[in-house]
Amino acid sequence: MATRILELRQGILKKNDLIAADLRQRFARDEVFVVNLVSSPGTGKTAFLESTLERLLARGVSCGALVGDLETDYDARRLARSGAPVRQINTHGRCHLEAEWIGQHLDAWTAEAGPPLHDSTEFDPATLEILFIENVGNLVCPSSYDLGEHMRAVLLSVTEGEDKPLKYPGIFNTSDVAILTKMDLAVPCEFDAAAATDNIHQVRPGMPVLETSAKTGAGLDSWVDLLLARRREPARQAPAAAVHGG
Amino acid sequence: MHELSVAHSLVDLAEEAARGEGAQRVTALHLAIGALSCVAPEALGFCFELASRGTLLEGARLEIRRLPVRIHCVPCGRDVELSGIQSFRCPVCGTPSGDVRQGRELEIESLEIDSLETDTELPDTEAAEEAILVS
Repeated sequence: MATRILELRQGILKKNDLIAADLRQRFARDEVFVVNLVSSPGTGKTAFLESTLERLLARGVSCGALVGDLETDYDARRLARSGAPVRQINTHGRCHLEAEWIGQHLDAWTAEAGPPLHDSTEFDPATLEILFIENVGNLVCPSSYDLGEHMRAVLLSVTEGEDKPLKYPGIFNTSDVAILTKMDLAVPCEFDAAAATDNIHQVRPGMPVLETSAKTGAGLDSWVDLLLARRREPARQAPAAAVHGG
Repeated sequence: MHELSVAHSLVDLAEEAARGEGAQRVTALHLAIGALSCVAPEALGFCFELASRGTLLEGARLEIRRLPVRIHCVPCGRDVELSGIQSFRCPVCGTPSGDVRQGRELEIESLEIDSLETDTELPDTEAAEEAILVS
């Protein structure tokens, strides 16, 4: 028996990263702009996304969503009220979405009938202009998994406190835009938006920070403007998520 | 707690590479884990023990090299190392920088493998498997 060293120098999540790179090519070919929404559970991703979908549809932008949860299709049903095509991904206990499941669900979406509240029976996600992926509520695990997105948006609600970016620097550092949610509750929660923004910039200098409220609609038009501007950018920078060793 | 998923990816990748080299057993894995990778080395070690059971990697030692974050500082004109991950400012001149050059790694660098000293191209196990497939 001989012992020797085998040099590998590969990313441990190479398989996920390769699938994500394929997805990114597929999205580029189909001209679909993809946004991965990440946050803690309870930050208000679904309410924020529902309002976003409504506004985009009102502006004539074709948009849809894949929504990840451990169990239930409650979020997909809520989001479908906007009139946009929505598909639920249940992870059955797993704490994050992986690129492979995104590809599988996109293929299955094309093959199956549209969701109950959507008119289309033969829906093709390649026809979307913007696709949102609502990740599982978790500020740790989703940061390691590139889903082929063009933009990772991290959400932080005023009830969570200003210091969360410092406690979870990994996910803030791998995001491209930060969104403060539930700003209508900022005063009763004594939330200091300037301090939160400073903390975000400590761990991700220069990242755009938007103050929003799905309840009052504050900040949502600016968010939609930002989305549409990023979508039009001819030469987009590589998203922060698409950077892994190996 | 996605370390179990990461451990399964690690085991799959390492076992495939080791088999390709005709290894009988993997005795050690050398990993590099960046401070921004969101993977806890202790948890990964525990999950690796579970994920490697019944594979060529069972009982292998996990050697983890932890990599600090390095950012590029434009005024200083070079990459600088950060002591933590709470402040992305150059420790020399204080300029903020989001240009991360190191710290997101989640890499397998090398394996220590035991293999039979043999002249044949295929290791015995693979040759046997092929023979079964052919027959």
